[in-house]
Amino acid sequence: MDNVEANVLTTTYDKIFNWARRSAIWPMQFGLACCAIEMMAVLDPRHDMSRFGAEVFRASPRQSDLMIVAGTVTEKMAPIVRRLWDQMPDPKWAIAMGACATCGGPYRTYAVTQGVDRVIPVDVYVPGCPPRPEALLWGLLHLQRKIDRMTVTRKKAS
Amino acid sequence: MAAPDTVGTRDSLFEVEEMELAFGPQHPSTHGVLRLDLKVDGERIVGCYPIIGYLHRGTEKLFELHPFFQNVPHTDRMDYVAAATNNLAYVGAVEKLTGLTVPPRAAYIRTILCELQRISSHLLWLATHAIDIGAMTPFFYTFREREEVLDLFEEYCGARLTLNCMRPGGLPFDLPVGWTDRCGAFVDKFPAKVDEYEGLLTHNRIWKKRTVGIGVMSKEQALQYGVTGPMLRASGVGFDLRKATPYEAYGEVDFDVPVFHGGDTYDRYLVRMEEMRQSTRIVRQCLDKLPDGPVMAKKPRVLKAAKDTEAYYAIEGPKGEIGFYIVGNGTPNPQRCRVRPPSFYNLQIVPELTQDRLLSDLVAIVGTTDIVLGEVDR
Repeated sequence: MDNVEANVLTTTYDKIFNWARRSAIWPMQFGLACCAIEMMAVLDPRHDMSRFGAEVFRASPRQSDLMIVAGTVTEKMAPIVRRLWDQMPDPKWAIAMGACATCGGPYRTYAVTQGVDRVIPVDVYVPGCPPRPEALLWGLLHLQRKIDRMTVTRKKAS
Repeated sequence: MAAPDTVGTRDSLFEVEEMELAFGPQHPSTHGVLRLDLKVDGERIVGCYPIIGYLHRGTEKLFELHPFFQNVPHTDRMDYVAAATNNLAYVGAVEKLTGLTVPPRAAYIRTILCELQRISSHLLWLATHAIDIGAMTPFFYTFREREEVLDLFEEYCGARLTLNCMRPGGLPFDLPVGWTDRCGAFVDKFPAKVDEYEGLLTHNRIWKKRTVGIGVMSKEQALQYGVTGPMLRASGVGFDLRKATPYEAYGEVDFDVPVFHGGDTYDRYLVRMEEMRQSTRIVRQCLDKLPDGPVMAKKPRVLKAAKDTEAYYAIEGPKGEIGFYIVGNGTPNPQRCRVRPPSFYNLQIVPELTQDRLLSDLVAIVGTTDIVLGEVDR
């Protein structure tokens, strides 16, 4: 036990948990409409979402941490979005990407749910129609900052 | 085989039972929110019923609520990977209805935008189709060039995807300074990039195994189902609205319409690859011939269509014939606007193509039809 100082790092539960959660957010591969195309564009060589550890798009909700609601949620699709959300294991987060997922966008019609926050809780809203890939990356970084404030040992920060 | 003792029990381990399988609406290969209710017998598909409407946004109803020029952004969001061609089909229908004539410079710029859009749409199709089949690499190659096309769009109209780049009577603005040079530089180097994609796929053994002879569509089937676009041209019908009814500047440029006769997934891939090369030819010629002059026609402050007039205008989009049918009622709003989206008609043939094929071929067949659900459901 000579080199304890050099070989052992001390930290808190919260820090290590949050570091792990923030650094490997696996989004669900789930595109609804136009925004899904820009969601694909964040994976391309120019934007490269893997810089932030979030490039592993999973086809199954059971393996995902993050639901990026990319596109218009219609009344027909909303129950399915809710079901997929319920299938995701905790802890989980949601990004409402674009105007449609945020508030219905340009579609104030009989068929469109006026914002996905009517069916699932949303952590970050990304504005745009569709948002640029950079905007989605901004949303992801914002979510990472939010995860940094999470706690497992203390009372939940409001 | 002995008869079952009681109804509803299986008398043998080897007796095959059909299973119902919901493919989508959340599935990485359905290109959106398509749902296919499948009946499968092991890996074999015995029934396929597309269920659409998961992206029905009431666009056609929204058209009636807005004046003609305010509807252009809604056309962007139907076929969201090919906004410029949707814009053109819509504004073309409005121009036909109201009798507007587009200045020559606007017609040329529209042609350039549409062909760039065709390139970007085909690149996205190639990326997703290849990922579906299991080839990840083409995605990184095609998106590299696709970003350059989107940069050109962004420089022209400020948007990458939902362009809103045309107005009834012409274009909202002229080309920015230096745009033609940058566009020319792109189209000059692009054919070499297409060769690069073809180098990855065309003679790739796995690619050919997954596409050759898969989803074969005969000429008769294609015509019966009203299939248009590259799907039709891969089945041996050389029908292209750019040649059949030349609109904008297509009558003044020289290009070929690629036609293949196999009708399978591989031939549809070859058609689209060749179309990208032809698109660069068209853009190059348009840039060279680009006339000077205004980009907007003289038009009344409030554009109105006469009562009880109607117009149908169709163009060749990247996926096929995209047409708008508009009825005027004497107000600035349309009375009714009906869209003829190519994806909707092309989707109809999927059940027939997947009949008795394997489940893994379904992914290739859905990918090759190049559907966009925003357009199918509207």
